[in-house]
Amino acid sequence: MIAFNKYYNQFNILSISLVVISLFLLTFKGLNFGIDFKGGTLIELRSTDSKINVSSLRDNLNSMNLGDVSVKNFGNETDFLIKFEINNNKNIIEEIKSNLDKSFGNTFDFRRVENVGPKVSAELLKSGVIAIAVALTLMLIYIWIRFEWQFSLGAILALFHDVLVTLGLFSLLGLEINLSIIAAVLTIVGYSMNDTVVIFDRVRENLRKYSDIKIYDLTNISINETLSRTLITSITTLLALLSIFFFGGEILKGFSLAMIFGVIFGTYSSIYIANTVLVRLRVSQKTVLREDESS
Amino acid sequence: MLYFSKFRIISVILISLFFILIASSNLFKFENNLLNKKINLGLDLQGGSYLLLEIDNNPVIEQKIQNLSITIRNYFKDKNIRIKNLKILGQKLSFSVDENFKQTVLDTFNDKESELNPYYPRFKSHQLDIIEENNIFFVNYSTQGIVKLKTSSQDQALEIVRRRIDEIGTNEPNILKRGNDRILVELPGLDDPMRIKSLLGKTANLTFRFVTNNDQDSFGAEKLSYEDESEEDALVSKRIILSGDNLLDAQPRMDSETNETVVTFTLDRVGAKRFGKATSTGIGKQLAIVLDGKIISAPVIRDTIASGSGQISGGFTFQSATDLALLLRSGALPAPLNIIEERTVGPDLGQDSINAGMIALAIGFVLVIVFIFVKYKVFGLITNITLILNLFLLIGILTIFEATLTLPGIAGIILTVGMAVDANVLIFERIKEELKNEKNNLIAFDSGYTKSRTAILDANITTLLAAIILFFMGSGPIKGFSLTLGIGIFTTLFSVYFIARLLTVLYVYRNKEKEGLI
Repeated sequence: MIAFNKYYNQFNILSISLVVISLFLLTFKGLNFGIDFKGGTLIELRSTDSKINVSSLRDNLNSMNLGDVSVKNFGNETDFLIKFEINNNKNIIEEIKSNLDKSFGNTFDFRRVENVGPKVSAELLKSGVIAIAVALTLMLIYIWIRFEWQFSLGAILALFHDVLVTLGLFSLLGLEINLSIIAAVLTIVGYSMNDTVVIFDRVRENLRKYSDIKIYDLTNISINETLSRTLITSITTLLALLSIFFFGGEILKGFSLAMIFGVIFGTYSSIYIANTVLVRLRVSQKTVLREDESS
Repeated sequence: MLYFSKFRIISVILISLFFILIASSNLFKFENNLLNKKINLGLDLQGGSYLLLEIDNNPVIEQKIQNLSITIRNYFKDKNIRIKNLKILGQKLSFSVDENFKQTVLDTFNDKESELNPYYPRFKSHQLDIIEENNIFFVNYSTQGIVKLKTSSQDQALEIVRRRIDEIGTNEPNILKRGNDRILVELPGLDDPMRIKSLLGKTANLTFRFVTNNDQDSFGAEKLSYEDESEEDALVSKRIILSGDNLLDAQPRMDSETNETVVTFTLDRVGAKRFGKATSTGIGKQLAIVLDGKIISAPVIRDTIASGSGQISGGFTFQSATDLALLLRSGALPAPLNIIEERTVGPDLGQDSINAGMIALAIGFVLVIVFIFVKYKVFGLITNITLILNLFLLIGILTIFEATLTLPGIAGIILTVGMAVDANVLIFERIKEELKNEKNNLIAFDSGYTKSRTAILDANITTLLAAIILFFMGSGPIKGFSLTLGIGIFTTLFSVYFIARLLTVLYVYRNKEKEGLI
C-alpha cells in the first residue's frame, strides 16, 4: 500500500500555489483568445513553392495594412496560418488572394478561411462561459444529491483546481483558446468528476464498514483500493488522447493538449484535493450514517 | 447479476449483429431502405462553407416610419384633424395637434379595432407605441411591432437567399433561420465561396430614375456616384419610374452591334406601361439605372420603348452580367445582409482531416486494445471484443439517425474508446478484490458486478451531464463532439452490461473451479 496520505500537506501547498499562480497568470497575462472569441480572420494556406517562408509571407501581408497580422507555420513548412484582427473590408480575402498571386505567383491554396464578426465572437464567449458555469453548477447539484456536503465541497474544489490550472497552463504557454478548448474544458470537468466520484464512492463504503479507522488513513485505504482502476483508466484515456495529439492533425492539437493536461490534473486532484478536503473537514462514520438515517 | 436467460442471450446477439450491419452500410451499398443510410460528413470534413448572415433591419424600420408619416397625415386629414410639426427622428416620429383633438388621437392609437395601429391580441400589444410629452406625440414601433417586422423581413430574406443560391446550383444547401434576424447558410462541397458571398451581400434594389439638374425637383433629388466611378457623380430624382419588382425576367446577352455584354430585361404589364410613358415623355433626358444606391449607367432616351423590354449596359464582363441578371431575377432583399460569421474549409483539408482522424482512431484503438490485453489476458480479450462492438454500436446509432460527423466528433469517438474501458476495469478490479475473501468464483463475480454498479453509474452520469451541456450550448463542430461523446456513454453501458457480462458469464461458468481466474 502506498502512503499517499503522508504527502497530503505538501501537495495541498503545491495545489494552492498552482491555483494562485494560475489566477495570477489569468489576471495579468490573460488568455490568448483565438478569433472565435476575439473576432477576426483566420486563413490556412498551403503553398506549392517550398521557398516561401513565414517572413516573406509576413512582409507581403504587412504591406496590406491589415493591422496586427500573425503568420505561423501550421504543421509543416509549406502550410501557413494567418490571423488578423477584425477588418471592415468585405472583400479582404479576395484582395489578399490577388495580392499574394501578384507577389508569389499562383502558388497558394486557401485551405480554410474563418471570419468571425465582433457580435458573434462576443456571443460565443458568453455562451462558452455560461456553458462552463452551467456544467460546474450541474455537477455541484448532482454530487450534492448523491453525497454529503463535505464530499461535494471536495469534488467541487478539485474541479475548480483542474479547470483553473489547465487554463493557467494555457495562459503560461500562450496557447490559443478557441471553441474546441471550451469543449475540452467541459470534458475535463466530466472526467475529473468521474474520477473523484469513484474514489468517494469507496470512501463512503469504507466509512460504513470501519468505525475505528480515522479518515486520514481511511482515505488512503480507499485511494489504494481504487488505484489500479484510476491508473488503468487514466492510461487508456491518455493513450487515446496522445494518439489524437500526434496523429489527429493540426486542428485537434489544442483540444487534445488541453484534455491531456486535464486528465493528468484530474487524476491528481481526485487523490490530493478531493480526499484532503474530507480529512480537513474531519469526516467520520457519523457523517455518512446521519445521512443514511435522514434519507 | 450472472443469470442470462436464453431469450436475453439471443437478443444481445441479434442487437449486436443488427448494429454491425447498420454500421457497415457506410462502407457498402445496400438495396434495402433501412440499410441505405449513411453518416453525414460535417462541413469541416467534406469541405464547404458556413455563413451566418444578419439582416440589418434599421433601414426597413426607417422606411416604414417614413411611410407611416404619410399614412398618419392622411388618416387624420379625413377626420379633419390637422397634424402639425410632423418630424421624422430616425426610427421615431413626432407631431402635435390642437389641444381639443389630443384625446381623439390617443384614442385612435389605443383602439383595439384601429386600422392605423393594429392590435395583436396574442401579445396584448399594439404595433405602435405612442407617448405624449409637453403636448408633443412621439410614435415608434412597439417591441412586438419590431418583432413582427423582423420576422417578416426574415421570411422574405430567406426566400430571396434561397432563390439566389438555387440559381447558382450548389448541391444540397442548408438554409435556416436563426433567431429573428439571422439566416444560417451551409453550402457543402463549395470550394470558392467568394461568388456566393458577393451575391448574398447585395440587396439588389434596382430603380430607374431620371437624372435631373434641378435641386427643386418636387420629389427631391440625391447625388449618386457611378458604380465604376467612370463619370462624375450625378444628381438623380427620387421619383422612381420603375423598380426591380416590375421585372419578369433578366438575362445576360451579347449585344451584336456594340459587341458589349449587356443584361436584357422583360417588364410586367404595369412596368411596361410606365416605361413606355416615361420614355415617350422623357426623350432626350438621361434615365439612370440605379442599383443599391450606385448608378450602373444613365443612357439618354432616344425613342419610346413600348415593348416592355430593354437592356442595361454598363461595361459588364460576362460574369458580372450573369450575376446581375441572377440578382434581378431572384428579387431584391428587404434589407441589407451582413455576413457576421464565415467558416470555409477546402475539400483537400477536409479529406486530410478525415485521414488524420481515422489514423488517430486506429492507432488509439490498437494502443488501448494491446494495453488492456496485456493487463487482463482473457478478460482483456472480453473487454476488447466489447470495445469493438461498442464502436459498431456507436457508429450504427449515428448511422440510423444519419447524424453529422465532424472532426471533433471523431475526437469524441476516440475519447469514448479510451474511457469505455473504465466500466469494465471498475468491475474487474472489484472482482479481484472480492476474490481475496471469497473462494467461490461465481459469488465473487456476482458481488463484483453488484458492488461496482453505483460507481459506474455515477461516473457515467457526470460525463453525460458535460456532454448534454455541450450539445445545447455548443455550435457546429462542438455539437458533433458532444453527440458522439453522449451516445458513446449509452453504447458503453449497454456493451459493458450486456455484451461483456454475457461473455464473462459464459467464461466463468466453464471455469468455476479454477483459481486465480482474473
